[in-house]
Amino acid sequence: MSTTTTPDCKVHPGNPVESFLRTDRMPHIWCPGCGIGTTVNCFTRALIDSKQDLNKLAIVSGIGCTGRVAGYVNLDSFHTTHGRAIPFATGLKLASPETTVVVYSGDGDLFAIGGNHLIHAARRNMDIKVICVNNLTYAMTGGQTAPTTPEDVITATAPYGTYDPAFNLPYLVEAAGAVYVARWTTFHVKQLARSMQEMFAKKGFGFIEVVSPCPTLYQRRNKMGDALDTMKFYKEVSKTKHGAPTSEVGLTKSGEIVVGKFVDRERPDFTTHMHEHLQHSLGDKYIPAEGPVCG
Amino acid sequence: MRLTEIRVAGFGGQGVIMCASVIGRAASIVENGYATMCQNFGPEARGGACSAQLILSPEPVLYPYITNPDVMVLMSQEAYGKFAKGIRPGGTLLVEQDLVRVEGLPVENVKVFAIPATRIAEDLGKRMVSNIVMTGFFGAVTGLMERESLRQAVEDSVPASFAELNRKAFDAGYEYGLKHLQSGALELGEEDPVAISE
Amino acid sequence: MHADPVGVLTGAHFMDGDHAACEGAIAAGARFAAGYPITPSTEVVERFSNRAPRIGATFIQMEDELAASIAILGAVWGGVKAFTVTSGPGFSLMMEHIGYAVMTETPCVFIDVQRGGPSTGLPTLPAQADMMQVKWGSHGDYEIIALCPNSPQECFDLTIQAFNLSEKYRVPVFVMMDEVVGHMTEKVVIPSADKIEVEPRHFTTKDKSSFQLYAPVGEEQTPEMTKVGEGYNVHVTGLTHDERGYPNMTPAVQERMVKRLVTKIRDNAEKICIVEQNQVEGADVVVVSYGITSRVAQRAVEMARAEGLKVGTLRLITAWPFPEHIFRALAPKVKGMVVAELNLGQMVREVSRCAEGKCRVAAVGHAGGTVHNPQDILKAIQEVAR
Repeated sequence: MSTTTTPDCKVHPGNPVESFLRTDRMPHIWCPGCGIGTTVNCFTRALIDSKQDLNKLAIVSGIGCTGRVAGYVNLDSFHTTHGRAIPFATGLKLASPETTVVVYSGDGDLFAIGGNHLIHAARRNMDIKVICVNNLTYAMTGGQTAPTTPEDVITATAPYGTYDPAFNLPYLVEAAGAVYVARWTTFHVKQLARSMQEMFAKKGFGFIEVVSPCPTLYQRRNKMGDALDTMKFYKEVSKTKHGAPTSEVGLTKSGEIVVGKFVDRERPDFTTHMHEHLQHSLGDKYIPAEGPVCG
Repeated sequence: MRLTEIRVAGFGGQGVIMCASVIGRAASIVENGYATMCQNFGPEARGGACSAQLILSPEPVLYPYITNPDVMVLMSQEAYGKFAKGIRPGGTLLVEQDLVRVEGLPVENVKVFAIPATRIAEDLGKRMVSNIVMTGFFGAVTGLMERESLRQAVEDSVPASFAELNRKAFDAGYEYGLKHLQSGALELGEEDPVAISE
Repeated sequence: MHADPVGVLTGAHFMDGDHAACEGAIAAGARFAAGYPITPSTEVVERFSNRAPRIGATFIQMEDELAASIAILGAVWGGVKAFTVTSGPGFSLMMEHIGYAVMTETPCVFIDVQRGGPSTGLPTLPAQADMMQVKWGSHGDYEIIALCPNSPQECFDLTIQAFNLSEKYRVPVFVMMDEVVGHMTEKVVIPSADKIEVEPRHFTTKDKSSFQLYAPVGEEQTPEMTKVGEGYNVHVTGLTHDERGYPNMTPAVQERMVKRLVTKIRDNAEKICIVEQNQVEGADVVVVSYGITSRVAQRAVEMARAEGLKVGTLRLITAWPFPEHIFRALAPKVKGMVVAELNLGQMVREVSRCAEGKCRVAAVGHAGGTVHNPQDILKAIQEVAR
């Protein structure tokens, strides 16, 4: 297997992802069988393959199990407050336009407490890349109902099964204005890494949902087996449908998981649009912000 | 200039804050004295009550609100009803004569001056500048500051493209004031509040 | 260093406090603001939105105050000076990010134009009732710096000061205006750029192997700063963290880190604190106030002096850290202190604490909506002088 490396990146002969990690922070907090580590593996693979300048890439997380990703990757990394990774990333991107800003967080963080920020960033087409690890529950706090939890699932706060409807994340994000929307599961590691790479290359608000197991709190409570059983389940029920109408990709407890790239469209991103607009309105009087200045 | 308390009031959209602001600017920036302006407005953007309080002084102003106003510029009947009774005895009251009926003022020796500022502004082509007409009138009637200072403050307060119109409005108001100052203030209680107008 | 002349509107202006605060921020070097409309503070960001594209700055209107208050923190780590502005309910929403800014030692400025509360309260009318909230409103132990301007000129001057202190101590600094000061128009003199002292961000020059994002430097006990893209691969977290920024949730690290966050301000309080004292020497009564109330109280003080009472004034320009040393020294020398503020008793608690029973402390509270009647303050002076 050949490995492409970025110039700054020293690839360990044993493990190609090691140089991307803060190995001095290992072991990590994730449970055995958790899917988050798998997504991080795909993320590092995407960074290697996309030849990203790692000094020009920052990662921003919210709070939760996935929120801890920022603490383990050897990049400029920001572990922010619950739900507010996206507005932090918005400020970071506007102040440092040359930085690729990746938001890496969980479903509860991004869609419940942070839902408003997410739809507004998508509306603006802010040039940030959102990776949402969707384990269908609030894992860090012990497996409570999330806005993504499918119906009739047992959670710590729905001991008789959930009955409030769940969000269909790709549908919501497309409607809000994202230019790139895809979904994979942690079974689809190659596709996920490629999709991340594709999203990094695309300007504008990109969104990838990664359906991921929480064997400790979700699968166990719902008698869905262990991590390996979940991989088998993903393999069985996943169906790749690129370009599928997002209105038809909602998740259920045990039904089909539609995966693939659903949206890939063109729309000027916030900063480009802002520059064009202000140039038009102000003409010579417009002095664009030129990134970091700190007199 | 001694300490002078002024209230300018009318309805939103008449530019009463601008009127007070120009006077304050003339006193503090052009004539290098001190001026403090506070404004009150209702939740309505247009048509609601709108009022500015202005204190002019040769020394720094401490207490920010007027307590015993020497001069009032009232541009609506509502403003008159609400504020006129608060003027100090012997104070100077300026009104927009087509919009304010001066009656039942329970304060002694108030000198009342009236001007059809809106009509004058309309004759100049823009009703919008009625506040600047009023500012000119204020300058002439009160004599609180140099004519040129106020005129300068008007220019500094408006976009360059409107400077000419506003200068005209200011001069029209000022001249109107000079002319009618000679004929004496309107006596309170006279039946026709527009007695000194043309 | 001096201010960047690009942002400085040198000259005399007839300007309200909100606009002056915006000009202060620009003069101090702020090139990013995020905000959400709320009365009576909106004029600050309205002005910034107008000025920003002409001076190489960025303004973004966010979806709420939570977003605005963390977007500025993102911008700071992107390498610019940034601020946000709010009032009442918006300030309540920002509390979590005060804590985050403190914990991550992110230099930034919050401007709070105080209005009557609680809740929606009096959107267009003044109060000074967020004075305790700014210090205690976010959870956990922390120290911040809060300044109280009493005129549009000071809104300009102290906003610059706020940015300077935030850079010096890597701490959020608050400009605690009130509606009267925010909406009051007076002469504001903006000096030329070379007369405006600006504290630059203290970017580290250390190399990657020796730089620690949270290792204290100097008597400020404040670490050096960096920004994204410099190759330091920083980790910034609201979790309890060690000098490298790595989460380390042990009582020992908590003790070391939180203590430093607090002591870097407490140990430097005497340097940070600014108060204005007038005729305090030999006074029987000292009237303590801040913001617009200081100007109202002055009228009461003049009336009291006219009656022959020996009255001094002490104005808090810095409300936090509270100038304890000054009050502890003053209390034994006077009969009493009269604390006038547009709330029902906030900073008076600090005054009482520092007076340690050595003089009387009388509160002249006011629920807000307008300023005090000077007579009420006069009565308290007469009472305490007796």
